[in-house]
This record gives sequence, structure tokens and C-alpha cells, in this order.
Amino acid sequence: MTEASTAQGQPARATQWGSGAISHVLPFLVLLVIGLTLPLFAGGYWGVIATRACVYWALVSGLNLLVGFAGQLAIGWVALLTLGAYTTSVLAAGNVLPALDPYLALAIAAMVGAVLGLIIGLPALRLRTFYFAITTLGFATIVTQIALAWASVTGGGVGVPGPVFPPPFDSQWGFYYFCFAIAVVCTWMTMNVAASRFGRALTAIRDAEVAAEACGISKSRLLIAVFLFSGALAGIAGGLFASLQSYITPDAFTIELSVLFFIGVLIGGRGSILGPLLGTILLTVLPEFAAPLVAWSTFLYAVLLLVIVLAIPGGIAELLDFKSRRPLHSDRAIVPRPELLRRLLGEREDRGALTLEQVRLSFGGVRAIDGLDLTILPGQVHGLIGPNGSGKTTTLNVISGYYTPQQGVARLNEVVLTTLAHHARAEMRIARTFQTPRLVGEASVLENVMIGGTIDGQGSFAESLFSLPRHRRDEAKLRESAMLALQTVGLEPLAGVRTDRLQHSELRFIEIARALMLRPAFLLLDEPAAGLSAEEIRRLGALVVAIAQAGTGVLLVEHHADLIFDICHHVTVLNLGKMLAAGTPAEIRSHREVVNAYLGG
Amino acid sequence: MVESIVLSGVAIGCIYALIAIAYNVMFSASRVFSFTAGTLGMVGGILGSLFILRMGLPAWAGFLLALAGGALLGVVTEIVAVRPVLKSLGQHLYVLSTLALALIVQQFAAIEWGTDAQPFPRLLDIARGAFDQQYWLPMLACVVTIVALELLYRHTLVGHAFLAIAEDNYAARALGLPERGLRLASFALAGAIGALAGFAGGQLLLAFFANAPMLTFYGFVPVALGGMGNNRGAIVAGLILGLFQQTANFLVGGIFASVAVFTAFIIVLLAFPDGLAGASAQRRV
Repeated sequence: MTEASTAQGQPARATQWGSGAISHVLPFLVLLVIGLTLPLFAGGYWGVIATRACVYWALVSGLNLLVGFAGQLAIGWVALLTLGAYTTSVLAAGNVLPALDPYLALAIAAMVGAVLGLIIGLPALRLRTFYFAITTLGFATIVTQIALAWASVTGGGVGVPGPVFPPPFDSQWGFYYFCFAIAVVCTWMTMNVAASRFGRALTAIRDAEVAAEACGISKSRLLIAVFLFSGALAGIAGGLFASLQSYITPDAFTIELSVLFFIGVLIGGRGSILGPLLGTILLTVLPEFAAPLVAWSTFLYAVLLLVIVLAIPGGIAELLDFKSRRPLHSDRAIVPRPELLRRLLGEREDRGALTLEQVRLSFGGVRAIDGLDLTILPGQVHGLIGPNGSGKTTTLNVISGYYTPQQGVARLNEVVLTTLAHHARAEMRIARTFQTPRLVGEASVLENVMIGGTIDGQGSFAESLFSLPRHRRDEAKLRESAMLALQTVGLEPLAGVRTDRLQHSELRFIEIARALMLRPAFLLLDEPAAGLSAEEIRRLGALVVAIAQAGTGVLLVEHHADLIFDICHHVTVLNLGKMLAAGTPAEIRSHREVVNAYLGG
Repeated sequence: MVESIVLSGVAIGCIYALIAIAYNVMFSASRVFSFTAGTLGMVGGILGSLFILRMGLPAWAGFLLALAGGALLGVVTEIVAVRPVLKSLGQHLYVLSTLALALIVQQFAAIEWGTDAQPFPRLLDIARGAFDQQYWLPMLACVVTIVALELLYRHTLVGHAFLAIAEDNYAARALGLPERGLRLASFALAGAIGALAGFAGGQLLLAFFANAPMLTFYGFVPVALGGMGNNRGAIVAGLILGLFQQTANFLVGGIFASVAVFTAFIIVLLAFPDGLAGASAQRRV
């Protein structure tokens, strides 16, 4: 199914998804077959290399969710490999406690890894990117130093023997299959997460954090889950690594190894599973072909990293993304279908009015909002106009919680909004769009819209990991309502297209579709008509009116006076943070001060 | 004992502070933190040892060449790892590009210079004990750098231009300041300061490739605690860090001192993400 033919408006989605799924899974099946049949055509030495690739992938697959999806630059993830390796080895060897079963030791390593993953990761919730990268690097150094110093447990510089798994996993190929199975499970689990509302939320945190919060995504809760999961996988990888090495010393866990993992993800490309998988295989195998250069391997990895960052930031995944190179139809139009709104929004409880009471907010000496009262009623379009700098967007940001007013409150019915966390507004069914559209460029249009419905999922992160029924039900439901939302705003032919390929006006409508996924009681639109053609503005107006008729209260910040006067029930005019006038469009149009100050007489 | 802790603490603190200043000078010009900051220190130490001990150049020539080498690395950093990714600051690609460059230089040093720590020359055979080169040289370097930077920023036109760029990049460009040239000059300056740190600390840290990641980390601690771009904060925090580290070294031993420093750093940073002297800015939506 080509985009060109779907762009004609033929909703042939079933076949589109079908063929998409096959081409999506095919490379993994090929790798699976190669992996399973490897002993038939590869010698013992390649078995070791392949085992190492599987072990590395167990770690990188988890790190990929953190780096590639969530955009957290955890450079020092080798700390967890170290910890997992020593935990498994020490427990299995019995230096401190009675010797444990290696499987049990491996399971404990996973748990310890999860806990340390959380500890290393937590600063990410508070620190800037570079700060976080440095702290993970610091952790990696510290863990190795502790391994060296704590000789009574770790054997210090002498090291400890790695665990040996009981038959049939004690032979070389036996151990290979053990690691391969774990690698396959890791791939499957991370693919499940990537295709879930959690995976999409991670990319939203990475590329559009503010929009993610507006959709009700709690960054801290989500990242904690990923740190735990990713840490557990790294712990397991550590145990396997120790067994593969058969003897471990602190020297084995260098920063270079950490960089290798990190580069594996980046070579692969952000937001992809296949890319980093191929990247990891490539980085593991490459040194074998360049034996004379083995001393230079880290140097070459670093060069590779630089080249990738500067030349192909999208990595292997982008090189393989043939679909996104086909040209899109240039004469496409956005034709909203407001009649679908009732079906999309459904029956909603009445949540009362959204009010601002005597809100005051100043930045330094500048009074951005100076004693503003505002009431937005369900089912009405409320226009907010005023010259630049009069406090329109600031008002939206007070409602959204990005600014805390020095005085006054915003309420929804009786609930005070101003003290809630940013992401709690979505629970109150307050949705918004942004002056500059904030979307995940690398995700498809459909995925971006699905992000809007994140909070309506029922399944937990763990259920998504194992693709349990509740996860599958969530996904089907989200997909269905996202398609409906796209049809409503008139963009369903573009559902499968990468979002960064679209035009500005289309991005504005995608943001509205994403906001509608919340089934909002109140919708805040920040200059939705900016950059739209006259025809598109007319269609936008009709859509906004229909949204209000379906029961949603709309707060519309806009510069296009015609649009405001055409569709608003009530208009508030701001000037220098104060209300200059308020009333029906007809009253405002004849208000002398407004005409002088703003509309031009 | 106390005397030697204080001396070595202040000396190493001065080195950390100089690296922190190198971070800050680059940051002020570009809003970018560069992983090459510690690498500059490593390069200063190795080049000093290379020119003076191995090639037998006079000390002053070796010193100038080491600083020139650092400045060159600074310029390369700007051209290769910073300028291409400035357009997309939001994607944090600079973290990766500067990390890659730092690793390239570090690995090159490891292979060509060797992975063993090698001796650094004694420049003047004037005194031992408390007035040993490993103590006085870092302190002198730090004081000279601070005074020189103050003079540069307060009393020269170029210095005012640096400040203008640091304050508001766009406005400075709109005024017709050659923003690109000033950025390049800032990176050269930062490179020389970083190399000075490594050269001054040569006797303390030796000419050792692994100083790069060590200085990248410990040099960033004063930046984080003193507040981004705040040189005075960096010096105070650098000295505190040096004294704390040496005291911990003496009390609990090397490795647990590192753990203590790291733990303290994380806790302080989590409590004050914008540094002890910094102010938080509200996010723009």
C-alpha cells in the first residue's frame, strides 16, 4: 500500500497495517533464523563472538529504551554490567555467603541491577543533560574502584571466577543458546514496550517534554520504571558476561566498554529496536575483521560516534527507513469531519466551569498578568485577544501550571489547579495545543496522536513488557480512537507518515487531534490559526465550533480577529496583563478603547 | 600533616578550578559544555613532558608550546564538535560530539604516548617541601589566570565583547559583533587555560592519559556547584573540592575518598541543581 494511493482518501488500513507488520518483523525473523542455526555453519570462535553479541545486546536493549527512546544520556551504564558480573560471580562462588545456584545468583543480580539502575538514574529527574551524563560517568568510575578496593569480596585486582551454569548450558554452544534465548526475550520485551503507550510516552519526554506533561505523562514515574527495567537487564548481562569471560577483574569493565554500548544505540538510531540491534552486532563483530587495529578500536569507535552525530544523526534506522523517502502528495488538503466529534468525545460528565480569580504574575519588574478574572464555560468558545505581550499565552501557562501566579488561583469547578503537578491537568480533562507545535518528529502521525490518550490506558508497564491482554486491549483502543481523531481533523491519509515530513498547518491539526484524545472538558488553543491559509482557517473555525457544541469549553488565544469574532461566544481583551474589555463579539467590536488600542480604527 | 593536606588540597583545588574555568569560558561563548575540558588538562601535562623532558626544549618554550597545543585543541573542538551541532542545541548532540572528540584525543594519547604515567619536569630547582613546584605552580597559575581574566573582561574591548556574547548571543550578533570569531577565540582561550591547568599540575598528576576523564569529572564539579558560567563560584568550589578530597584521602584512603567526593557531589547537586550560587530560571513554554 503506497502513501500515494492512501492519500486519495481510501481507508485501506487493514492491508497497510498487514504489510507494514511483515516488513517490520522480517529482519528480526532473519536474525532469529541465523542465530538459531549458527552452530551449523560457524566455527567455535564465532560462537564466542556471537555469545558476546547476545550478552551485549541484553544490556544494550535496555539501555536503548533509556537513551534511544527517553533521550537520557546515560554514558556510564557499564557500572551496572560490573555490578551484575560481580554479584553473580561472588554469590555463585560463595566467597561471602554459602554458594548459591547460578540461576538464583543471576536473578539476584537482576534485582541488584534494577536498584542500582534506579540510583544512577534518579539524578536525571532533576539535573540537566550534561550534568546527568557526567554523574553516570562518575558512577562507572566509582563502581570499578570499589571492585578493586573491596578485595575480601571481589578478589580485588586478582578477580573472581565467573559462574558456570549447569548442563546443558556448560558447553560453549549450550551457553550460546542460553544467551541467545535471553537476547531474544530482551528483544521481544523491548519491542513490546516500544510499541506501547509507554514507549511513545518516552519519545514524547525526549522530544516534546512540555507536551508530554500536558498529555498527563508523569516523567518521573515513567523513567523510574525504565531505570528499573534497564538496570535489571544490565545486571543479567553482567552475570552472563562474567560466565563468558570465565574470570573477571576490574580491568574488564572500562569506560571504553560503556562507550561501546552507548555508541551501539546511537549508530542504530533513536527510537528504533532493529537499528541498535544491528549496531551492537556490528560493533561486536567489527574488531574481528580489523585484528591489526585492535589497539585502535576505541579510537575508531569514537571516530564512528563523531561521524554519526555529525553526518547521520538518524543512524542505521534512518538509512533503512525506505518508506520515508517516497515523496508525499504535494496537493493534499486538510478536510476535517466535525460530525465525527460526538463519536470521538462520547458522553462526558459535566465538570463545571474553569475560572481564574484575581490572578497576578510578574517576571521581575514586568507585570505579565495583573489581576485577571476569567470564566470559561463548557460548550462555549472563549476568545482571548490582545497585543503581543499582553499576557495571553501567560494566561494559558498559568492554567497549564507552567507558571505559578503570585496571587490568585485557577479553579476547575471547586478544585484549585494552581497547586497541582503539571501532568495532573490531563486527569482533569484539560487539554492544550502550543504556539509552536510540539510533536515527536520521528514518530508517525498516528503515534503522535496516540500519545494524547496515554492516561486512558489501563495496563501497567509490566503488562506491556509481556504483551498481556490488557496491554493489547489498550493499544487497540488507543489506535482506534487515534484514527477517529485523525479522521475528525481530516488527516487520516497521513496516519503512517513520519511527522517531521509534514507541513506546518498539518502539525497544528495533529496537535488538535492529540488534544481531542483526552476527550477534553476544556481545550486551550494557543494561536491555532497562525501560519494557516484562509481556507484552512475557515475549516479550523468550523472544527472549533463543533468541538464546543459537543460540550467542550474552548479557550482560544488568537491574533486573527476575524476568526475570533466569527466563532467566539465571549471575548476577553487583554492589554498589559489587565482586562481591557469583555463581552460578546458584537460588544467588543464596538468597544472604543479596543478599537483604538488593538483593532485599529 | 595538616600542612600537607592543606597544601595539596589547595594545589589540586586550583587545578580543578582552572579546568572549571575552561568549561565556563567555552560555555559562555556557546552554551555548550564540552567533554574535552579534562582532555585539555591531560594534553597540557603530556605536551609539557614531551617538549621539555623528551625533546629537551627550554622550560619557557615547552610551556608556550603546551599552551599553544591546548589552544589548538580548543579551536579544533569548536570547529569539529561544537559549530556543526549549535543549530540543534535542544537535541544535546554536543554531549555526544564533544565526548567523541575527547575519546579520540585520549585514545590517541594512550597509544602514542603510552598508558603509563610519565614524569613531568621540575622547572626551577629552587625549593623543596612546602614550596615544592607541585604546590606553588598550580596556585600561581590559578592566581595569574584569575587576574588576567578579570583584566581581560573588565578593561579590554574584546573582553566586553566576550561578556556581551555570554549575556545575550542574539543581541550581540545584532549589534554586529563577530560572534563566530569570538566563539573561536573563546575556545582557544579555554584550550590554553585547560592546558595551563595540566601543565601546572604536571608534577602532581604526572603526564598521564587517564587524567583526561579524571579532570573532566573533577573539573566539572566546581562548575556544577559554583553555578554555570560563574568563575568566582568555580574557584571557591574548586578549592573546597580539593581540600575535601585531600582530607578524605588522608582520613579514609584513596578509593573511599573518591566515593565520599562523589556521594557529596551528587547529594549537593540534587539539593541545588543550579549550583550553590546559581538561581533557577523558570521554563519558557
